Amino acid sequence: MTVDLTQFHDVFFEESFEGLEIMESGLLNLSAGCDDVESINDIFRAAHSIKGGAGTFGFNKVSEFTHDLETLLDQMRDGRSPVTDESVELLLLSVDCLKDMLKALVDKSEIDYGAASALTGKFKNLLKRNNQHSIAVPVNEAPKVTKTNLNSKWIIEFKPHAHVLQTGNEPYRIIRELNTLGEIDVVVDLSDLHPYAEIEPTECHLSWTITLSGFGLSREKIDEIFEWVADESDITICEEIRASSEYVENNQMAFESDLHKLPPGSVNESLPALNDQVETAAESKVTELKKSDSKKSISQRTESKSIRVSIDKVDSLINMVGEMVITQSMLCALSKNFSVEKLEILVSGLAELEASTRELQENVMSLRMIPISFAFNRFPRLVRDLNSQLGKKVVLELKGTQTELDKTVMEKLSDPLTHLVRNSMDHGMETSEERIASGKPENGHVELNAFYESGSVVIQVRDDGAGLNVEKIRAKAIKSNLMDENDVYSDEEIQNFIFRPGFSTAEKLSDVSGRGVGLDVVTQNIKALKGTLDVKSIAGEGSVFTIRLPLTLAILDGQLLQIGNGVYIVPLVSIIESLQIDENNINRVAGGGSVYRLRDENITIAQLDGLFGYKGCSLNLHKKMMIVVESNGKKVGLVVDELLSQQQVVIKSLETNYGYVDGISGATILGDGTVALICDIHVLVDRALTNCQQHQGGVYECKSERVA
Amino acid sequence: MSGISAQPVEGMNTQQSVMGESANLSTEQYLTFFLDGEEYGVNILSVQEIRGWEQPTQLPNSPPYVKGVVNLRGTIVPITDLRERFGLVKKEYGPVTVVIVLTFIDEESNEKVVGIIVDAVSDVYDIMPENVKPSPGIDQKLEEAFIKGLVNIDERMLILLDINKLLKNDTCIDDLVDD
Repeated sequence: MTVDLTQFHDVFFEESFEGLEIMESGLLNLSAGCDDVESINDIFRAAHSIKGGAGTFGFNKVSEFTHDLETLLDQMRDGRSPVTDESVELLLLSVDCLKDMLKALVDKSEIDYGAASALTGKFKNLLKRNNQHSIAVPVNEAPKVTKTNLNSKWIIEFKPHAHVLQTGNEPYRIIRELNTLGEIDVVVDLSDLHPYAEIEPTECHLSWTITLSGFGLSREKIDEIFEWVADESDITICEEIRASSEYVENNQMAFESDLHKLPPGSVNESLPALNDQVETAAESKVTELKKSDSKKSISQRTESKSIRVSIDKVDSLINMVGEMVITQSMLCALSKNFSVEKLEILVSGLAELEASTRELQENVMSLRMIPISFAFNRFPRLVRDLNSQLGKKVVLELKGTQTELDKTVMEKLSDPLTHLVRNSMDHGMETSEERIASGKPENGHVELNAFYESGSVVIQVRDDGAGLNVEKIRAKAIKSNLMDENDVYSDEEIQNFIFRPGFSTAEKLSDVSGRGVGLDVVTQNIKALKGTLDVKSIAGEGSVFTIRLPLTLAILDGQLLQIGNGVYIVPLVSIIESLQIDENNINRVAGGGSVYRLRDENITIAQLDGLFGYKGCSLNLHKKMMIVVESNGKKVGLVVDELLSQQQVVIKSLETNYGYVDGISGATILGDGTVALICDIHVLVDRALTNCQQHQGGVYECKSERVA
Repeated sequence: MSGISAQPVEGMNTQQSVMGESANLSTEQYLTFFLDGEEYGVNILSVQEIRGWEQPTQLPNSPPYVKGVVNLRGTIVPITDLRERFGLVKKEYGPVTVVIVLTFIDEESNEKVVGIIVDAVSDVYDIMPENVKPSPGIDQKLEEAFIKGLVNIDERMLILLDINKLLKNDTCIDDLVDD
């Protein structure tokens, strides 16, 4: 029996990336001099499972590299090695390096071993130094320690069960691992071995007595090695204390030796038998690997394709499906013997079915929702790196990390967010000296916040830096012909110029930002997610960048409207109110536009079919309905013929088979099978107001007069 | 997982090689239809289905020849009037009006589904690739846009259309037919 290990690779990679994230956030919490054992333990455990997994799947480079990392962590855990900035930095770098290695494995591309071996060297140096500093501390991996009496000797009886190979464990690997702890002397017991003709290559009938001697050996370390096979074998470990120096001298040699170089004698007898077993197991793996190699040009992975779902969510789904099945069988039974008297039962059955279908739909959608901490968690690291790169002292605060967001939205959100944070730190934040000079606290403050607001998710990047310099932006805008010197713009409008392509006021380019390709890309990305981005800033006090995103891209609560012969859908969240038009409240402004007096406000009226570019739309507003919609704080009244029902609709993209249609955000299929279009209120409101400004300049003045 | 993702790609490869073989060894099959008295042909492998006419939902801000979108078993499919696309005289839609649903691969190698409105479906022909003659030069713009070539069969002439070009240009070349 061979186990196809490649089928587990994806799980391994996913878990490893998660482990690396745990390590990274743990390391960031570790500050110099702190010996929070619990967080070091977390980091250690994450590293250990990566090492174990990598070893199991034959990614030896990864497991070897992780081993060095683990050694340092282990010393930190025991307090034998101090937590210094240097070691934390080194560990962070190695997390990056591991990430690169794993990514290379995922893409099946070449691994850059150079970075890894450079880091390994640094680890060795650090370990060596630690060792010299604290002479009394025994270090299992310090190769240069020669004269010390603190070596110990352990006798291990290792008797794997026959099926150990089938669980993916190999005794050879265990012995090799033991060999890294110290010098080993292995005696194999062949007594259980079947005669040659009866040998079953997938079973292991060997057992070993291993004498291990080395420095700083502890029961835990040995147990750790046997951790993977503890359930599949009988192991007895006992210590025999002996202070002999002859082992010490051999230590260096033992380090470099492999199983084949083991001290001569008993082990040689066991080698052929062991090799046989190992080779059979290895062969199958090699074929697997070859297979996966041949696929490498075909398979391309970009984003992770699975999500973790809490068992509660799955249970409630199963419950709901159960209910649906019951209702469905009830209806089925009813239909076999139907009469008019049973109509009421049918109606209630259908209502039940509708309720559970809707509930099921909502729950299925919630499976896609994940907390925004997935996107936020990379920022502590980014801020830390930028702090050292820019020489600034910025403290990052994360708020609302449990706010849930559609997974597809989340994946596309990381890049724009990263850019905004970089931007705040590089452009927005002053240096410590400047801050002190202007009477601010020395440490800058950047805050990432996420919360829900009327059907959308709002994400804010707030800093207490210098704020946007309106004069500078104005000058730059005039220089790049974005505005005329005599144009009058509000400060807010001028600030929003920074989202234009190629706009940067940074005096010099830096590695971090300043090429002016940034913020317009961010704007594009956010727009692609059907969201908006704006900035509010007060000079000297800081800036807030606000991203607004729809909760999900897949479903929407909509109001169905009748316009002419067509049915359109407007998202319920954008509708403020709907009313019957009273013609006395309509004021026609010179140029053909109209405003509607709604209590204290005058609202621009727009014909939806006019906005869509249909010719010959009726100008008669008699007895028509109007819905007041809002986008970015601006209100517009849309004239419609009739309001139909409100319902949840599944958004289907027009771009799949056609392309982008201006003013339309998607389509859906109604109950009768026809297609209805979903209005993009942001675009329509903008369009209505620009038409208005072009043709009827008086509207705004008129509005402000009345409000005043 | 890599096994699963590799499958469709392998499947496609085999399909292509089958197409290639048939091109080398024998003939290609074309579905033909009538449009204002002329007979046009499209490669039958790109035809998904043939449907009757139904009123589509009008799309705003779109070229006039795009009549709108219909629901094709849960997929939103745009419908193009080929008469209007080719600048021919419009014709009332009636019970014999036919929509041919075609699939093609766009620049980003996504499969797209599009319906074209034609007067009537005619026949299926086996055509040897070497019998396809280049268009003698009627209107270069039109030819580059979507004509693959001309074929004479008995007394008739077929105009073979390059579906990928025709449908790819759907949203960007607007003024072609104005000339």
